[in-house]
Amino acid sequence: MTTATATHTEHTIQVAGLTLRYLTGGAGRPMLVLHHSTGNPGWIPFYERLAERATVYVPDMPGYGQSTRPEWAREPRDLAIVLLQALTRLELGHATLIGLGFGGFVAAEMATMSQERIDRLVLVGAPGLQPREGEILDQMMVDFHEYVMAGFRDEDAFRRAFGDDARRTFKELWDYSREMTARLTWKPYMFSRRLAPLLREVTTPTLVLHGAEDTIVPIDVARQYAEALPNARLEVAPNVGHLMEYEDPAGISERIAAFALVG
Amino acid sequence: MFIGYFTERPYQDRQSGYFGHAGRDITDLSMSNGSYDPGLGADLYNRYLDEKVYAEEMGFDGLMLNEHHSTPFCMGGVMNVEAAILARITRRAKIVLLGNILPIWDDPLWLAEMLAEIDMISRGRLVSGWVRGTGRESVAHNAQPPFNWDRFQEAHDFVVTAWTKPGPFRWEGEHFHYRYVNPWARPYQNPHPPIWIPGVMSRNTVAWSARNRYPYIMLATEIEPTRQSFLYYDQCAKEQGYEAGSQHHGYLFKVHVDETEALAEQAGRRYIEGPSNPFLEGNQGNVRNFVQNLPGLTSRTQLLPTVSTFAAVARGKDRINTDGTFGPADYNGTYEQQIEKMSIITGTPKTVLPKIRAVLETLRPGSIFFWDGDGAMDHNDAMRSLRLMGEEVIPACREMARELDLPGPFEIDPATNKKLDPGPVEAPVKTGG
Repeated sequence: MTTATATHTEHTIQVAGLTLRYLTGGAGRPMLVLHHSTGNPGWIPFYERLAERATVYVPDMPGYGQSTRPEWAREPRDLAIVLLQALTRLELGHATLIGLGFGGFVAAEMATMSQERIDRLVLVGAPGLQPREGEILDQMMVDFHEYVMAGFRDEDAFRRAFGDDARRTFKELWDYSREMTARLTWKPYMFSRRLAPLLREVTTPTLVLHGAEDTIVPIDVARQYAEALPNARLEVAPNVGHLMEYEDPAGISERIAAFALVG
Repeated sequence: MFIGYFTERPYQDRQSGYFGHAGRDITDLSMSNGSYDPGLGADLYNRYLDEKVYAEEMGFDGLMLNEHHSTPFCMGGVMNVEAAILARITRRAKIVLLGNILPIWDDPLWLAEMLAEIDMISRGRLVSGWVRGTGRESVAHNAQPPFNWDRFQEAHDFVVTAWTKPGPFRWEGEHFHYRYVNPWARPYQNPHPPIWIPGVMSRNTVAWSARNRYPYIMLATEIEPTRQSFLYYDQCAKEQGYEAGSQHHGYLFKVHVDETEALAEQAGRRYIEGPSNPFLEGNQGNVRNFVQNLPGLTSRTQLLPTVSTFAAVARGKDRINTDGTFGPADYNGTYEQQIEKMSIITGTPKTVLPKIRAVLETLRPGSIFFWDGDGAMDHNDAMRSLRLMGEEVIPACREMARELDLPGPFEIDPATNKKLDPGPVEAPVKTGG
């Protein structure tokens, strides 16, 4: 199925008995973007910026948004497998893989399984590893407004991104997405002890991007990714929090393009 | 009619600053146990057990216990321990557990063994209820809320099988796995202890209870939506091909009786002055919104009519305070409002009995539980009420139940709708070897 708009088109495909929805736009090298645990609110300015330089694919991960729920899935690795199978279905031999927050956790799992298909890996504020210092903020133990606010540097940044009336819409998306997140990473919360030992074999060039004001994922997690992945470098983006692609779509897409679309 | 006694066993710390009208509101899941005083805990556990023994002496048919976790409003974090003690120190009353929180047990075989022991020690006086638990239970014991309903059903199926099917056998389910099920303890009652299901708002649970012909006990919900929820049970029963009766309906509500109207009001106000369950009617307190809304815990589309008046849920949608609580703390109503809508019934036997009668006429339950001695009520408050219940209220209720034809689940078997043998008045409890 395909639905077109001015800037992007919407499609569904069948993978492992599931319907997966994805948005795509732009032209150039393929770039797969995986959304946060809060779900994908649509074709946001950040995707539009990336689409100026690449062909951007944004799936609703299985069980999120309009993709059907794999009732059997119990951990982020299960989503990683389905998404790799989706790449095969889409006949995308390889792509640059960008994971936002929880999507970065899934992206890291994909890289441990099939690095030859990943040109470049970008982990943006990704959880997935247990922080040696601090804790990953538990979205199950706070109220909606508290959690989303925590994703931004400050309330003004939230308002700039969503306007005054956006709370309710985003809350519904979060509320729905959270159920899938609770199925995948309730315990331990947002990390896997089975991921870290596999990362050292992943030689894919990787950008680990972390917001200097991120209060959801401790920066130590980014440091661990950068230490474990042989070809990774850590960049700390100033003046942005965990949801940095909403706060600074131009700046963040520029950083990613500079890393992923050269050479 | 079956008449039970209940208190939620609040942790009453008069030095805490949380008490009384001048005290701070307790916000759910916001207190550290760093201030917990085990000496006080010892006094309170023993007090509540003593009151249960006295309740039996006063003629109650059942002693009801419940379980919550990480909260001062209910000290029954391990209800089965209290039940095991009651099994030994009481002689006649049923020990009614409403109930064990099935989804939080990772090892339900252990639960099956525990309950079988309690049933044997009490010589067959256990009523084993099951609940899905509130959010705080899923949080405290870290059970995945999206699997709450699935785990509830599978744990139930497993425990009943472990009680009834000769072992050893193997269990490879979705959530529970055993290679050797052969517990060396079996329930005293044959085939197993009666199962009753308490609840407040899940349609799924009502339909499931009706399918299994388990009595459904509504916990301190407002009267009209409770009546509608019973109608839903009856409709589900009809779809299963049987007629539900009072033996399938139970109701827990707040009743305190006292020697004078002045004493009754003084004690009645204490329902909302101590730590009390902010989730239910007849209480006050602040609820943390996320506790009510854990992802996947309760289906948003499968709610009972109670939910329309269920302030904790209804207000959660729109009224979130800046600190993440929703309130105000009296969202269930002021004391006067709760008296008005009969979420709290208090008075002398003379003024209380007409109100109880109104409840019985409207809801037609075959089992009732008086929720008393709670909040900030002290031992003397509880004992005065228990004595008057024994002397006047319980006999009058039995008379009303006969007149209104409200047989309980030990008079008409909910599983067959056949009349049951009432059995001996005093259970043949033997002591010593």
